[in-house]
Amino acid sequence: MLRLLNIELQKLRYNRAAKVISIVYFILITFIALISSIEFNFGDFHFRVADQGIFNFPYIWHFNTYMAAILKLFLAIVIVSMMSNEYSYRTLKQNLIDGLSKREFVLSKFLTVLLFAGISTVFIFLVSLILGLSFSDYNEIGIIFSDLEYIGAYFIKLVAFFSFCLFLGVFVKRSAFALGFLIVWQVIEWLLYGLMKWQLFKDTEIADKISFFFPLNAMANLIKEPLSRLGAIQSAANQLGENFNKDYGVSWLNLLIVLVWTALFIYWSYVILKKRDL
Amino acid sequence: MENILTINNLTKKFGSLTAVDNLSFSIEKGNVYGILGPNGSGKSTTLGIVLNVVNKTAGDFKWFDGNIDTHNALKKVGAIIERPNFYPYMTAVQNLQLVCKIKEVSEEKISEKLELVGLLDRKDSKFSTFSLGMKQRLAIASALLNDPEILILDEPTNGLDPQGIHQIREIIKTIASQGTTILLASHLLDEVEKVCTHVVILRKGVSLYSGSVDGMVASHGFLTMQSNNMDLLQNALEGNSAFGTIKREGEYLIVYLNQPMDASEVNKLLFEKGITLSHLVKRKESLEEQFLELTKQN
Repeated sequence: MLRLLNIELQKLRYNRAAKVISIVYFILITFIALISSIEFNFGDFHFRVADQGIFNFPYIWHFNTYMAAILKLFLAIVIVSMMSNEYSYRTLKQNLIDGLSKREFVLSKFLTVLLFAGISTVFIFLVSLILGLSFSDYNEIGIIFSDLEYIGAYFIKLVAFFSFCLFLGVFVKRSAFALGFLIVWQVIEWLLYGLMKWQLFKDTEIADKISFFFPLNAMANLIKEPLSRLGAIQSAANQLGENFNKDYGVSWLNLLIVLVWTALFIYWSYVILKKRDL
Repeated sequence: MENILTINNLTKKFGSLTAVDNLSFSIEKGNVYGILGPNGSGKSTTLGIVLNVVNKTAGDFKWFDGNIDTHNALKKVGAIIERPNFYPYMTAVQNLQLVCKIKEVSEEKISEKLELVGLLDRKDSKFSTFSLGMKQRLAIASALLNDPEILILDEPTNGLDPQGIHQIREIIKTIASQGTTILLASHLLDEVEKVCTHVVILRKGVSLYSGSVDGMVASHGFLTMQSNNMDLLQNALEGNSAFGTIKREGEYLIVYLNQPMDASEVNKLLFEKGITLSHLVKRKESLEEQFLELTKQN
């Protein structure tokens, strides 16, 4: 295991583009902290984002993991190109000739995906902890470490998304096309949902239930948008007579679906490599 | 004799095209093998199959005694196919370190192998800055890192300039002289003739000959002669069973031998019959002539 990870890290260590993008990614995550300094002044009205409770424990776990997950697209570029480079440099072939099995090859990529997701998760945990300790209104240990399911969901979400990217890299071979395919896939999911919701199964819940199983949608559902959960927005909605009765938690079924997709993506990557003549 | 690679009835089809057709041969330790064949004869496909990058359609092959996974066997093999493949953004040394990690061998031989191929002074240059000849030499260094049981080279001099070709050949000769088994695929016959002891000849995926180079040149050679009286010469030869086919080619008479015979013996024989020769050369058919004869479309 360590050998496989070591092999992959040797490939990434000297790749300047991969290094730059990874560093930019982690810097951008820390920029979430900058939200805290956003202030508006309308005459006497003084508005400071940090005071709106977004950095309160345990809400901060939800808010930060949701925001940071948007940035995963940066690491996706690294993951896709780390696979497609192997095709364009024809080093995939050379690796196999040198004695790596196709199974080991896919495994080494997957371990790297786990490592990236792991580092990112630890990083977002630390950033949130520090931000929370600085701005949160509640600082009891019990509250700080509640709702940590979002950190776990964040990790699974990243692993699943990167596995999808890896699969696309193996399947499409070219990084630009693979990333394009990712966008096209997202559009396909939306179109299918729209088609079912407003054409095939009008006025039913069937469309929502089916789209619950779509890979990208399942990943997105893992951490639901946190904004409507904010105190300020809740009270504004109440005044307008709207009532959000949404379950913001991480659902087990959702988690299971995402894990199944992850396993499928990695398995399919292996099957494609195994079947393909290189 | 210890077998390094045994191929049995190997077949590979790409759609309707049969690239390798029921091919069988084996590689024994210590010999230098050449796989000869025109372009598209299935050389690279065969090597691709045994090197784990192309899937076979039928048949089988086994490395060493057959008790080892292909990918683990490949750790004891050094191979370069088609063109050198490395990570362009890494230096020579970094690329070789990666190969060491894959092959699970120590990194201490990197300098030694770079020295062997004459790249030690460029070890910290990026691969992308190398010329094709240097890339090919780096590939050889990489293939030798594990002191392989067998070195497989596919068209190692393809696309190189004369100096590059010469350097690669010298390296191959050095390696062969150290007793390493070598499998060399090429369509360059002089290359194979110079270094190989055994050959496998392929055409359209079918093996036409497999055995030693000496065994392939089975005839006893032929003589080219010229005399003042060509008709008399031809009559004298036709009456002797030692000579086979006789044909006239321009001013010369070409005579194939049916049995081993020295040029001086022939000369003496003819002189005794009162024929004096103005030209007499005995030659064996070259590998090239043999090869063309064998692969002739028919």
